[in-house]
Amino acid sequence: MKLTVNGHAVSATTGGTDFDPAKPAVIFLHGAGFDRTAWRLQTRWFAHHGRGVLAVDFPAHGWSDGPALDSIAAMADWTAALIEVAGLKQAALVGHSMGALVAVETAARFPDKVRALGLCGVAAEMPVHPEMLESAKANTLKVQELMTFWGMGNALHKGGMVSPGLWLRRESLAVLSGNRPGVIHNDLAACNVYKDALARAAAIKCPTVLVLGDGDLMTPAAKAKPLAAAIAGACTVVISNSGHFMIVERPDETLEALKSGV
Amino acid sequence: MVEAKFLKPDTLALHAGQHPDPVTGARAVPIYQTTSFVFRDVDHAASLFNLEVGGHIYSRISNPTVAVFEERVAALEEGSGALGVSSGQAALHIAIATLMGAGGHIVASTSLYGGTRNMLGLTLPRFGITTTFINPRDHDGFAKAIRPETRLVLGETVGNPGGEILDIPVIADIAHKAKIPLMIDNTFASPVLCRPLTLGADIVFHSATKFIGGHGVAIGGVIVESGRFDWEGSGKFPTLTEPYAGYHGIDFAEEFGPHAFIMRARTEGVRDFGSCMAPQTAFYLLQGLETLPLRMARHVENARKVIGFLKDNPAVERIASPELPDHPDHALGQRLLPKGTGSIFSFDIKGGREAGRRFIERLRLFSHLANVGDAKSLVIHPASTTHAQLDAAALKEAGIGEGMIRLSVGLEDPADLLDDLGQALRAAVKA
Repeated sequence: MKLTVNGHAVSATTGGTDFDPAKPAVIFLHGAGFDRTAWRLQTRWFAHHGRGVLAVDFPAHGWSDGPALDSIAAMADWTAALIEVAGLKQAALVGHSMGALVAVETAARFPDKVRALGLCGVAAEMPVHPEMLESAKANTLKVQELMTFWGMGNALHKGGMVSPGLWLRRESLAVLSGNRPGVIHNDLAACNVYKDALARAAAIKCPTVLVLGDGDLMTPAAKAKPLAAAIAGACTVVISNSGHFMIVERPDETLEALKSGV
Repeated sequence: MVEAKFLKPDTLALHAGQHPDPVTGARAVPIYQTTSFVFRDVDHAASLFNLEVGGHIYSRISNPTVAVFEERVAALEEGSGALGVSSGQAALHIAIATLMGAGGHIVASTSLYGGTRNMLGLTLPRFGITTTFINPRDHDGFAKAIRPETRLVLGETVGNPGGEILDIPVIADIAHKAKIPLMIDNTFASPVLCRPLTLGADIVFHSATKFIGGHGVAIGGVIVESGRFDWEGSGKFPTLTEPYAGYHGIDFAEEFGPHAFIMRARTEGVRDFGSCMAPQTAFYLLQGLETLPLRMARHVENARKVIGFLKDNPAVERIASPELPDHPDHALGQRLLPKGTGSIFSFDIKGGREAGRRFIERLRLFSHLANVGDAKSLVIHPASTTHAQLDAAALKEAGIGEGMIRLSVGLEDPADLLDDLGQALRAAVKA
């Protein structure tokens, strides 16, 4: 599905059904350097179970046009605009990593537009290793390898994907290698400098679930505790044997955690 | 300085795709000898059928033992995913059928396995898919042969039986400029000697019957996708970028991104054509994969000794192996396959077809049969067997002489192999 937000074409997958704005909407927001396809084992279920689904590519990612948005705040503004363009009064936002920060920022600043939050692989802050930033700035392969290596849980380095025959390491590297120069650095820098999550959390009033991996090296589960504590009524699900990529590493558990909340 | 310490190929050959069984503790990969899998409830069943969740339904489409094999090959080939099928020919067929229908066109190397040549040149035209064959060294020829309806460029890492090395980076560049993928048959190299996806290819397939198995007890094939080809940007692959009624209008590229091709190949290819890999076969092939790095090193080592022996033998007229400096692709082989170009090569014996017949019949250790890549050394006469369907012109085009002998050098003690070859050569030229 194509939408136009702020004058630029936005690509979204609707989970295999026509998008119906009359249904409770769920908008999926991907992580740094990734795209809509990371959500393939959540979007189709929600779309076939009564929700209107939009798994979007942020500007300059995947199949979406436009310049990359250079801050979490700008991405939140964009997400709010997307909700309107899609003909929605409200949507549940499900974000992964960078997308989760965007979801927090959006829910806090546009509370009337967000009916629920699903925050996967999230932490109160997401400092980025200087060598990753340096590599991303130089557009070298190293940042893609480090994002993949640290993103995958220990178990998945040997594989064992739920979807038969798929190999996560190369999936991650393939998607990351498709980014235009500068996009990964843009995303990582936006995450690195964003320090507002805890302050924004106090303003969040909608039902919220945090979905964390017990082996997440990028956003360790312990680092999410302050955020969970700061969001009124938030519940936390920690998935065992999962790294930062729980949405593809442990898709069934991620889906179960999200089902009731969004 | 931080670095990504991914598991290395030799480790992946033993571990990728499998964890000890969480229920029984079984360390080896269990053989899930079952046709079907019980659903948790009705919604779970519907979700599996609709690709909403991952898992197994029916072993024609996927099976846990086969999935370990698939993930392990994907890991070794540096692909985003793989699909195990019933044979190398099934792999070729499903890959082509996933990419195109009637009206599609392929540009392929002339240096191909006879069965591949047969499918492309004789069988697929009946279904409206045609092929233009180009000498693998004629790079301009590949570019010129690409038409608006071309959907695939195809070649072998190491050609059969002349040992031609395809310049994968160059041919990939030619294909990509035309917005079409390059598919490589990597059977003769195995992922130990060459990983075409890292050189620019988009799809790799194997007859896993050969080096991957290595034991000669199971027929199987596998297709691997790089995950990098831009199907949407190409605009030439509606099977991957337009709604498919087989799954209520699914758009594979939109929803599965780096897995678009392999997902369509699985959910349509083996679902409809049925050429699935049996779990028992996957188990056999996994036993082979575990020792593949060790075996390939020994295959190369033995082949080099055999080539050295034949090179100095007066009964041998010509050896076609890229291991030799006089082979036209020697330098290319050293660049693309630095660990060696494999253990399959051919040579011409003095005395033509009749001398070749005597040679084959006198061999005692080498088995005369239609296979390659076995742990045991093998021999065959291509012109009368594997490439028998080719006419004289096509044989010449493929570089196959009447007296050509193809060897697949195995893992025996090389001294025994040299003794066997020596006595057979003496007998062949004596008569």
